[in-house]
Amino acid sequence: MNIANYLYLSALLFTIGSIGVVLRRNSIVVFMCIELMLNAANLAFVTFSRINGNLDGQVVAFFTMVVAACEVVVGLAIIVTIFRSRRSASVDDASLLNR
Amino acid sequence: MNTSNNLLYLILIPLLSSAILLLLGRKIDRYGHLIGTLASACSFVIAVVEFFAMKSRDVTQRAVTQKLFEWISVGDFKVDATLLLDQLSICFVLLITGVGTLIHIYSIAYMSHDRDRRRFFAYLNLFIAAMLLLVLGDSYLNLYVGWEGVGLASYLLIGFWNQKPEYATAAKKAFVANRIGDFGLSIAVMLMFANFGTVTFSGVANHAESASRSALTAIGLMLLLAACGKSAQFPLQSWLGDAMAGPTPVSALIHAATMVTAGVYLIARSNFIFDVAPTAQMMVMIIGAITLLFGAIVGMAKDDIKKALAASTMSQIGYMILATGLGPVGYAFAIMHLLTHGFFKAGMFLGAGSVMHGMHDEVNMRKYGGIGKFMPLTFVTFGLGYLAIIGVPPFAGFYSKDKIIETALNHEGSAGLIFGSLALIGAAITAFYMSRVMLMTFFGNERWTNRADEPHEAPFLMAAPMVVLALGSICTGFLFTRGESLVNWLRPVVNPAGEQHLVEHYSATSISIAAITAVLIGVAFAAIKYLKQVPNIAPDNVSVFTKFARKDLLQDEFNNAVLVKPGQSLVKTLLNFDYIVIDGLVRLVGALSLDAGQTLRKLQTGYVRSYALLMILGVTALIFTIWLVTL
Amino acid sequence: MSILTVMMLICVIGAGMLFFIPTAKTVLVKQISLAISILVALIGIYLVGSLDKTQSGMQFVEIRNWIPTFGINYSVGVDGISAVLILMSVLLVPIVLLATWNESENGRWSVRTFQILVLILEVFMIGVFAATDLFLFYVFFEAMLIPVYFLIAGYGSGERAAAAVKFLLYSLFGGLLMLAAIIGTYVIAGNQIGKTFDIEKLSTLQIDQTTQNLLFLGFFLAFAIKAPLWPFHTWLPDAARSATTGTSVLLVGVLDKVGTYGMIKFCLKLFPEASRYFTPWIIGLALVSIIYGAIVAIGQKDIRGLIAFTSISHFGFITMGIFAMTTQGMSGANLYMFNHAFSTAALFLIAGWMIARRKSANIADFGGLQRVTPVMAWSFFIAGLSSLALPGLASFVSEFLVLVGTFTRYPVAAVIGTIGIILAALYILIPVQRALHGQTLKSNENLSDLDIRERVAIAPVILLIILLGLFPKPILDLINPAAKTVITSNGFSDPVSKVKK
Repeated sequence: MNIANYLYLSALLFTIGSIGVVLRRNSIVVFMCIELMLNAANLAFVTFSRINGNLDGQVVAFFTMVVAACEVVVGLAIIVTIFRSRRSASVDDASLLNR
Repeated sequence: MNTSNNLLYLILIPLLSSAILLLLGRKIDRYGHLIGTLASACSFVIAVVEFFAMKSRDVTQRAVTQKLFEWISVGDFKVDATLLLDQLSICFVLLITGVGTLIHIYSIAYMSHDRDRRRFFAYLNLFIAAMLLLVLGDSYLNLYVGWEGVGLASYLLIGFWNQKPEYATAAKKAFVANRIGDFGLSIAVMLMFANFGTVTFSGVANHAESASRSALTAIGLMLLLAACGKSAQFPLQSWLGDAMAGPTPVSALIHAATMVTAGVYLIARSNFIFDVAPTAQMMVMIIGAITLLFGAIVGMAKDDIKKALAASTMSQIGYMILATGLGPVGYAFAIMHLLTHGFFKAGMFLGAGSVMHGMHDEVNMRKYGGIGKFMPLTFVTFGLGYLAIIGVPPFAGFYSKDKIIETALNHEGSAGLIFGSLALIGAAITAFYMSRVMLMTFFGNERWTNRADEPHEAPFLMAAPMVVLALGSICTGFLFTRGESLVNWLRPVVNPAGEQHLVEHYSATSISIAAITAVLIGVAFAAIKYLKQVPNIAPDNVSVFTKFARKDLLQDEFNNAVLVKPGQSLVKTLLNFDYIVIDGLVRLVGALSLDAGQTLRKLQTGYVRSYALLMILGVTALIFTIWLVTL
Repeated sequence: MSILTVMMLICVIGAGMLFFIPTAKTVLVKQISLAISILVALIGIYLVGSLDKTQSGMQFVEIRNWIPTFGINYSVGVDGISAVLILMSVLLVPIVLLATWNESENGRWSVRTFQILVLILEVFMIGVFAATDLFLFYVFFEAMLIPVYFLIAGYGSGERAAAAVKFLLYSLFGGLLMLAAIIGTYVIAGNQIGKTFDIEKLSTLQIDQTTQNLLFLGFFLAFAIKAPLWPFHTWLPDAARSATTGTSVLLVGVLDKVGTYGMIKFCLKLFPEASRYFTPWIIGLALVSIIYGAIVAIGQKDIRGLIAFTSISHFGFITMGIFAMTTQGMSGANLYMFNHAFSTAALFLIAGWMIARRKSANIADFGGLQRVTPVMAWSFFIAGLSSLALPGLASFVSEFLVLVGTFTRYPVAAVIGTIGIILAALYILIPVQRALHGQTLKSNENLSDLDIRERVAIAPVILLIILLGLFPKPILDLINPAAKTVITSNGFSDPVSKVKK
């Protein structure tokens, strides 16, 4: 199997994730799309690790996972708080800057 | 040179008195005027003592100085506050303190009903101090202090009743016109420092001949400009008529006897400059001749008694300026006319004040008439002044004016003949308009409307100074010319070389006869015109010439058109320019930054996904650029 | 420790003390700050009195390492010129505090903050004139803006915020240009004599003409904005109209002098060739300032705007005197700075009292004040006379020295400048006529005259104006040696009078 296909998959996942972040309004879905982008990046790291034959990419992948976990903790907390005060999980409703 | 310790007190006493009167305020209202008069009298006593002391000294030893302190000293520019009393300045000191004291006494009665009499005396004292400083300074810069000091005092006194807006305007006008003259004096002082490295009279006199002709001419012309401002000479004459807004004693002291003659003093004092700058000297004569005719013509048409006298003052100072332009022989006669004029004109102004006092402050001569029999003393003293000013022998004005006409006619070249003839014509006109004043006021039909209270004679305190000044109008001319006493007295200062007229084109007798004839013609014309009924409102069907003269030969219109109007529009233009262009540019920069901020602010929508999109686009652009660069 | 540092420390300690006093005790706060400023003023008088007039170098010097890596020192010292300016600053502060006793009460912040700001400003004012290290000077120069910004924005009236921002941005713009020039100078110094900001050492640098011109412009623009010189003046009238009286006095009286002081101490000292190159242009700008400021002043309706524009005219005189490069011009300009502070202070303070009583700054709203409030009217009149340079009052000596000094080198410029004295008569006498003379308006009949506190505050200023007109010698003696040094070190000597040649 051509190892480049992993990279194509990674790019595809990243694009799906980013489109989701830009288009979706529900904060939970946006959040999940961000996770998707992180995992796409992870896949790319691991692939490059395999291509280069060293472990650096794998190490970074673990690091990313830790960051993603932290992010989930903080992000979900924020989403829950916003939902409590505004009765909505839509990211657009949280806009206070717009006039 | 001898020194004296008394000179300071001449100035200090009236100055302190002025300060006391102003600072203590209403508390001393009851006796403030006495303090003021006493201060002036003290100065007069000191002046008399100094005069006799000076007289008793040898001719070469007469001048005395007193160094007070080092005033300004920067590099080569060293000016000490030093006073100098010599034969020239003592004449002025005696005139200022003598006439000044008389007018103080007169004012006690004249201003007795004014709630601000104390303040009036404070200003008068301030004037005396400044005027004394003017004539006592030993350098042009010291003179300058007094020069502007009298300008300030004049401003304060013209605007004494400044609750009337036009009086306040008159005061401002006088100060600004004087400032234009001061501009000339400033430049003259700078020129002197640049050329001679000193600004003292003696220093400049020592070096004057070694300077370039052009520099000397420039200095001379600038001094003349200064004299024009202070002495109301053409083209800066227009303030003097308006200055009559001040109380009448002020007109007598400042705008007749002393301050307005400061220009004559300045030119006579600067004889060492003018004697070696013929161009400037010629300008002096021209200005003097123009002004003496200008004043005389304006005087013919004025119905306001004070303005008629003011025009006459302008004209008489024209004579003095003309005389100073005639060179070394002329200075002494200029000073002589200045002194006699000081007596008779001050006397006439006080007489006019007395008439106004009796006529409820009416100044329009067409509302007078036949006052002579109600106010005999005023009539007699005014009449003596009148005889003096028109030049009837043996009154004072005859001697002094005759000498000026004689010197002018005997001046070399065609200039002598021209200026001499102009002076003669001026004498005829003077006789005409002064006779007019005399006839309209004291003779003819009674034209005042309020018959119930007829004019009353002045109280003693007003009458006494008038009598003294009238005596002066009678005898000073004779005293000054007897044995050429004044000419000899002044010679060491104004004519150290002892120059005489080389040629006598015309004999003194023929000139005197010509002058008297001119006077008689003038008087006769006035008698024909004003001995009959005088209408109590000015007739309208008069010649264009009269209309011009009534409007002061359009001097104010000219000033308005040439200076005031363009000046005002310049102020408006620059105000707009400052706001629109200069501040506009600053505001434009501010507005542009604000607009830029407003525009960029639109990107901050507050939607997370738009930020995310921007980020993605940005990263894409970045990658694309890197790709392009590495291609 | 130098006496200069002591003066600054006293102000700092005073400001610190005020910080611990409860905000509510306003009178105590005012009393303490007044006492401190008087103490500093007395030290200032002692400083000037004990200055050795025979030598022209720096005295009361103190040098301490501050940032040795860059060769930056805390170094202070004074010569005659800066000592006189420090004296001027420390004398003005207590007068301002006493004269504007109640002004701080209607501000956005507390009275205590106002007094602290003023004392902090005093530290910077002393520092900026005392600094002999270029970097230290720059720090004080910029730091001064901060308290003034808050004084205008917090205690002013009208469009105070806008005026404060305009002032701040305008000054910062100039300051940044100067910073660039300072760094440039520092780099050149690093190449030639090693890292230093010491002004004496920097003045020995050999800089080529083009670089010198650029660096000179950086400094000069900053100072021209500060002074302010036409066409960089528009912030001043706005600031003067919006600031409290006291702030205006300190702003025009002291802060603006930093501009002209800087021209002497930095433009001329560090870049003599460039100064020579730009002199005709600068004299031209100065002349425009003199005439333009005077003419625009004539047309002002707001009395504070009028005073601001007269100051622009006066700064033109000062700049002309400085760049005439004669001892008379230089000494005259320095004396002018000192005199101008007091005559303008008097004008601003009295105008402030007039405005506070009448609740209007429009000249046309006054009228006939001479009859209602004689003391106030007379004080204004005397200050005005000094402003129009009446002989016998302080400004005359300095203005005439400037003109005479300019005349010996640039006669035409001096003649044009002298026209300013005619315009001065107009811009002072027109408001005098409108505000003090004429009929007393109905609305002005019940105005009260100056009270004891106000009289005590204004009396020394008036007295100084009169005394210095007659005896300028004490101040001139201080200035003369330093001024002469500036002239000679720039390679100039006075033109000799034509006769003596």
